[in-house]
Amino acid sequence: MKSANWLAGSILLIAFLAGVMLYPLPILFFQELPHVPFLGRALFILLLSAGMCLYRITRGPTPADRIVAVDILGILIVGFCAILTVSTGRSWYMDIGIAWALQSFIGTLALAKHLEGKRLEE
Amino acid sequence: MSQKVILFLSALIVWSLFNWVPDPAHLLVGIFAAGMVALLLGDLVVERPHLLAHPRRYFYFFFQYIPVFLWEVLKANIDVARRVIHPNLPIHPGIVKVKTSLRSDIAITLLANSITLTPGTMSVDVDKDQAILYIHWIDVRSRDIGEASRIIVERFEKILRTIFEEGTGNEER
Amino acid sequence: MMHTLGLGFIAVGLAFDLFGCLGLIRLPDVYNRLQAATKCVTMGTCSILFGAFLVTGFVSAGIKALLCIVFLSLTTPVAAHAIARGAHRSGIALWSGSVVDHYADDRQEEVESSKTSS
Repeated sequence: MKSANWLAGSILLIAFLAGVMLYPLPILFFQELPHVPFLGRALFILLLSAGMCLYRITRGPTPADRIVAVDILGILIVGFCAILTVSTGRSWYMDIGIAWALQSFIGTLALAKHLEGKRLEE
Repeated sequence: MSQKVILFLSALIVWSLFNWVPDPAHLLVGIFAAGMVALLLGDLVVERPHLLAHPRRYFYFFFQYIPVFLWEVLKANIDVARRVIHPNLPIHPGIVKVKTSLRSDIAITLLANSITLTPGTMSVDVDKDQAILYIHWIDVRSRDIGEASRIIVERFEKILRTIFEEGTGNEER
Repeated sequence: MMHTLGLGFIAVGLAFDLFGCLGLIRLPDVYNRLQAATKCVTMGTCSILFGAFLVTGFVSAGIKALLCIVFLSLTTPVAAHAIARGAHRSGIALWSGSVVDHYADDRQEEVESSKTSS
């Protein structure tokens, strides 16, 4: 049962990666740069990772699982902003990334404190 | 006073890195903002300013701590990736206690950060009075406190002690 | 040359991001998930940012990417530490296959001694 699950999951993953790598993507604003095809597909791989985080947010059995997934989602968005900076050549995407990293860190700390304090009040 | 000056200078450097290349208008606003930060925070951030005057410590930090740290991070990532894509999930998790001999705040903070980013370990809680760290270990190899300390913390402890504690006069505190 | 090297760093970072999020799905409890996800995603995102720095060079975006690397590698372990501590104190148990838990034993003793003294 376990190995069957593992096999199905790995086949799905490899199929997604092959599809992303082989399918021609019609994204207009990347076309001035020479390394366009790779960066356009990199965004799709990051979207797959973000989708895994969303799965953990919806299905997580405890609140702590959801907080972990939200934290990881924030870090992924910083990487997303970095790839957008490289591919479009607009430097203000990196400003968004830095601001997002700061906000996400403070939000995670606040959520963790809330998780810890819930028990102390009882 | 020297603490405020150090804080002012570092805030100004970070500000001018944020809007590279610095021009006079940005620099003026930056001097104002860094002055506000230094006046408001004062002595809270930099605790022992005399440590910053030793070039030996910078040398150890950049040429001994950083390479070891990067190598351990790379090993940790390959280890986690191997465990995650293995069909049987080869993990034996548990929370163990380790002992450390470091005393200063920044050294313990850096030690906990290094432990979190190195292979298979993550710091859960710090007991500063008894100098005990509780560590979640993904593959428990030893339950004994001395043995676990030898495996996990010894590598970084030696380097951090030479950087932050040696010759400051508070080893025996 | 720098473009190729930077794209290589971005590819390595993407692979580690993917492994980290896979660990978020596959591993059994909060602490293991936190461990895999924090390590792999932090290193992966730092690698992506370093690749962006290599591609763009010493302009404002590249310098900001370097600052962001320092910032991420300082703050992510702190956030992971806070979440693990909060999860353990709010009573979320370890996975049933766990070997040992010294922290719960010590916390139990602490609670009992405070009860008897008060």
